[in-house]
Amino acid sequence: MSFEPKIVAFLCNWCAYAGADLAGTSRLQYPANIVPIRVMCSGRVDPEFILEAFRKGADGVFIGGCHPGDCHYVSGNYKARKRVEMMKKLLKEMGINPRRLRLEWVSATEGQKFADVVSQFVEEIKELGPSPWREKK
Amino acid sequence: MARRIGVFVCHCGINIAGTVDVERVARELEKQPGVVFATTYQYMCSDPGQNLIKQKIEEENLDAVVVAACSPAMHEETFRGVCREYFNEYRCEMANIREQCSWVHDGEEATEKAIKIVKATVEKLRDNEDLMPILVPVEKKCLIIGGGIAGIQAALDIADAGYKVILVEKEPSIGGRMAQLSETFPTLDCSQCILTPKMVAVARHPNIKLLTYSEVLEISGFVGNFHVKILKKPRYVDEDACTVCGDCEEVCPVIVANEFEMERKPRKAIYIPFPQAVPSTYTLDREACLGLAPLTCSQCKEVCEANAIDYDMQPKIIEEDVGAIIVATGYDLYDKNKLVEYGYGEDDDIITSLEFERMLSASGPTGGKIIKPSTGKEPKKVVFIQCAGSRDKQHMPYCSSICCMYTAKHALLYKHHVPDGEAYIFYIDIRATGKGYEEFIERVMEEERINYIRGKVAKIYRDGDKIVVCGVDTLTGRKVEVQADLVVLAMAIVGKEEAVKIAKKLKVAVDDGNFFKESHPKLKPVEALTRGIYFAGCAQAPKDIPSAVAQASAAASKVLSIFSKDKLEKDPLIAVVDEEHCSACGICVSVCPYGAMMKMENGKARCIEALCEGCGTCAAACPSSNIEMRNYKDEQIVKMVEVVI
Amino acid sequence: MEGKEMKKIAMYWGAGCGGCDVSLLSLHEKILDLLEEAEIVFWPCAMDFKYEDLEKMKDGSIDIAFYNGAIRTEENEEIAKLLRKKSKILVAYGSCATEGCVIGLANLYSREEIFDTVYLKNETTKNEDGIIPSSNDLHLPEFLPHLKTLEQVVKVDAFIPGCPPPKPVLENALEALLQGKTEFGKSVALCDECPRKDSKPEKIEINKFYRWHEKEDNGDCFLAQGIICMGPATRAGCEAECISANIPCTGCMGAVPKVREQGISMLSALASILGDMDEEKEKEIIESLQDVVGTFYKYATAKLLPEGRLKDES
Ligand SMILES: Cc1cc2nc3c(=O)[nH]c(=O)nc-3n(C[C@H](O)[C@H](O)[C@H](O)COP(=O)(O)OP(=O)(O)OC[C@H]3O[C@@H](n4cnc5c(N)ncnc54)[C@H](O)[C@@H]3O)c2cc1C
Ligand code: SF4
Ligand code: SF4
Ligand code: SF4
Ligand code: FES
Repeated sequence: MSFEPKIVAFLCNWCAYAGADLAGTSRLQYPANIVPIRVMCSGRVDPEFILEAFRKGADGVFIGGCHPGDCHYVSGNYKARKRVEMMKKLLKEMGINPRRLRLEWVSATEGQKFADVVSQFVEEIKELGPSPWREKK
Repeated sequence: MARRIGVFVCHCGINIAGTVDVERVARELEKQPGVVFATTYQYMCSDPGQNLIKQKIEEENLDAVVVAACSPAMHEETFRGVCREYFNEYRCEMANIREQCSWVHDGEEATEKAIKIVKATVEKLRDNEDLMPILVPVEKKCLIIGGGIAGIQAALDIADAGYKVILVEKEPSIGGRMAQLSETFPTLDCSQCILTPKMVAVARHPNIKLLTYSEVLEISGFVGNFHVKILKKPRYVDEDACTVCGDCEEVCPVIVANEFEMERKPRKAIYIPFPQAVPSTYTLDREACLGLAPLTCSQCKEVCEANAIDYDMQPKIIEEDVGAIIVATGYDLYDKNKLVEYGYGEDDDIITSLEFERMLSASGPTGGKIIKPSTGKEPKKVVFIQCAGSRDKQHMPYCSSICCMYTAKHALLYKHHVPDGEAYIFYIDIRATGKGYEEFIERVMEEERINYIRGKVAKIYRDGDKIVVCGVDTLTGRKVEVQADLVVLAMAIVGKEEAVKIAKKLKVAVDDGNFFKESHPKLKPVEALTRGIYFAGCAQAPKDIPSAVAQASAAASKVLSIFSKDKLEKDPLIAVVDEEHCSACGICVSVCPYGAMMKMENGKARCIEALCEGCGTCAAACPSSNIEMRNYKDEQIVKMVEVVI
Repeated sequence: MEGKEMKKIAMYWGAGCGGCDVSLLSLHEKILDLLEEAEIVFWPCAMDFKYEDLEKMKDGSIDIAFYNGAIRTEENEEIAKLLRKKSKILVAYGSCATEGCVIGLANLYSREEIFDTVYLKNETTKNEDGIIPSSNDLHLPEFLPHLKTLEQVVKVDAFIPGCPPPKPVLENALEALLQGKTEFGKSVALCDECPRKDSKPEKIEINKFYRWHEKEDNGDCFLAQGIICMGPATRAGCEAECISANIPCTGCMGAVPKVREQGISMLSALASILGDMDEEKEKEIIESLQDVVGTFYKYATAKLLPEGRLKDES
């Protein structure tokens, strides 16, 4: 059987989650490997959640937030960007490919973009194969 | 804590059931701990669907409900409404298995994913707390900082609506810049004439407490509950007793420059900035006075028949509780000495636009006569330079927005005063976007025969009696050189220097031009990021009088909407600090975009419920895991993560 | 002393630097009080005890056993298990036993890489024949593939953090343990007791990271100066010994009890207080942060990577 990655997506309520809803309303198909968790803002995403997700066996973690300047809470997405950047460094040193963590800006009108980036991400993770942490289990 | 959860899976016709095996979802969910009942139904949101939920809540004695259906954006309100009859609305959550599942996936995976989504929702719901909206009491009194036209308008609007206003002005009189203007574009009505009635209305209004010659020292608290300390400087003249007879002024031996006249006219140490000043009273300038302690002169007191002068007057600290704050501190002109590269520095015959306004005023330093300051003669050639310091990367990059208009006005008024004179205007573009503005410009260009030269001035220098202005006319490509008698600079408009200090006290932001930053450039142009604080007039950005007034009324209406209820109602999904375990590291205080995390006396953090918007940025940042987001706790999210993998 | 029942205590040194053993002496005259209440039944580093002595003891006969150092060899593991069996309360003493400490950073490398470095490639090593000690003729305890904390091998009843446990932490821990309590220590982070905490500005913002030696210390909160200080994520109790000596906290006391993981918590906090800047600049400054694991997990790599560095195939 082919490898089906497990991916957690943290989506901010105001943009990315709404964008994902729009992808639905527009019936845009994308792989079901990604399971959404709604948070109020990408700034709510504690790097600890990301680490926990990998530790529990996720093959990839996706974070969707509002475009720079558009965060409903002004600067949450900038905080997310910094945390993700630093988190990637940590993952790399730990031996996890940082490409397994992806931050994307998706506005409420970008249903197509949501479907596209998610599809790409799933493809990318498929190429990377199972997470080494999942392997240990 | 939910113990008896019911799961209701919606078919949504075939919208969900066509892709997702809803029965299987229900059966799988039934196996989850805490889930005591699960079922499916054609249309959950329909009346029979809603009734089914009610019936099962009663029959199965449910204490919480998950509705697996469409996006919460669609029907969260509906289902929470259904549940509210039985228990707290936060015991109801929606699992989005339509928009983010059945509509975008196919086959077996869709069902698998739906199961995960619903399971995760159950996990979240399990730890939801019962919450009620937060109610914040409101002190229905407004502080307005700055008594220019914007502050005056806002004060009158709020006071007329029946609420108390405290208007703080740092100068001896209210009126601001508008009081200094001669006539106003585009209608050319006399500025003072339309302003004075409003100033008087402020002074007379029973709901307005006017504190001139005063400054805001400290501001604490939050929306609905600010506490402010105001310093009322001693003016050494009893405002109520002074009859403005002017006897004191006559005998005072000290002569200094009058700020109101842009220092182009002298005043005495005891003075009234302009005749229509409000409050109508003299003020003794302690800095200029020969000495109060020990008393060295006392001539003014001797002649004052009203006995209004009191050399022992002390500064007073006034404390007030207010529910909202409007900042209307206005603007200054950019310092022309900073434009030395153009040769704009000190020269008597190179003046700023505000100096020219005073010159045009009948009560101004020249009695309304336009003169060449170095000689006192009538200037026959005047050059007006627009965008002096504006739209210039070296200085202020933005457009000051009103200079095109008032420069046209200046040229026109000049021609009215000196019909045989010649006026030149150097400009980059003409921006005349207001109502009647384009027509005004056209009139100036055509009827008044003003020479508009499109191009930037490269250099100015003095040549004997004349000031030579060199530039290039970019329309013809030709060099232009004008031998002028007088040069008027339309200086860039900048926010007040003290704006930075006030911003700090208010914990709000200013930009590079010292203008206060609004919450959203389009949708929240008068609101500060911090709730309960609003901006009006040029304090926020350069603008003309109509816009300043409109913004003032907008800010007033925001304040009135806060005052319209006894308590502010707020979403309870906010951050809560466990103060006992807070180390006072200060991280959360540093990251909250709304200033909602307050540092207490002992350094520990406390979330101000009234200000917190619930974004969760602080909770993710707190290195002590010490901030809990209500109903979005770390543990809830981690559990959701566990079940979706 | 008569009439009073003496507690039987044991102390063992696993894989570690020995500082923990020495730290007991930091108690100074207080150690005498301890000896009034307790009798040492096993402490190979200080007195003449053999493993057989330990094996001969009845199970559960030691009241409190202190294990310091991590588990790196078969021998460490064996003694840990033995001590567990023989004692009522087993205490992880110090950072190595508790979370692996600095030597836990070895989990970023394989056993082969470690041997290679230590026995062959190290500049100060002279080993022309390329000999790597092995168990061919005499039995050497095996060097385990990964370093482990005590808890990863046996059940642990109490933890005394610190590298080594600072005096106030130790005093407090011993007092509690002698009364039979296994939960002790402070439950807030270090900033709480830091002498520099009042110098924090209203908003802390970092626009450049400085290493400790790169900047003249102005005496303010290190973090506010752009110098990484683990204080906000580190358990208090040491009375800010390092900071009092003008050295930023590196986190040896481990996480505050409420916190799941010290390293990731500090990473998030630090990323969050970076100033707002354009993306390129942001990347640059984050890039300038060398050794992320070593910064945030200096003492807890063994917990982060119990099975060693992960290997992502691609
Ligand atoms: C040369 C020139 C000509 C103009 N001509 C026209 C025109 O013809 N038509 C037109 O529509 N507009 C014109 N304008 C624009 C007009 O001046 C402004 O739109 C208007 O004055 C803005 O009012 P305001 O209340 O925002 O600010 P201001 O008039 O600047 O008032 C601000 C007030 O706040 C007070 N203040 C400042 N700081 C503090 C503090 N810390 N505490 C307490 N009080 C404080 C100040 O003393 C002042 O009284 C002209 C501007 C210039 C420069
Ligand atoms: S949740 Fe957001 S708004 Fe509320 S205190 Fe925290 S950072 Fe500020
Ligand atoms: S971040 Fe946490 S520990 Fe630090 S001050 Fe805020 S609540 Fe306290
Ligand atoms: S960050 Fe470090 S230096 Fe600053 S107060 Fe905390 S422990 Fe002290
Ligand atoms: S609300 Fe979307 S990123 Fe902050």
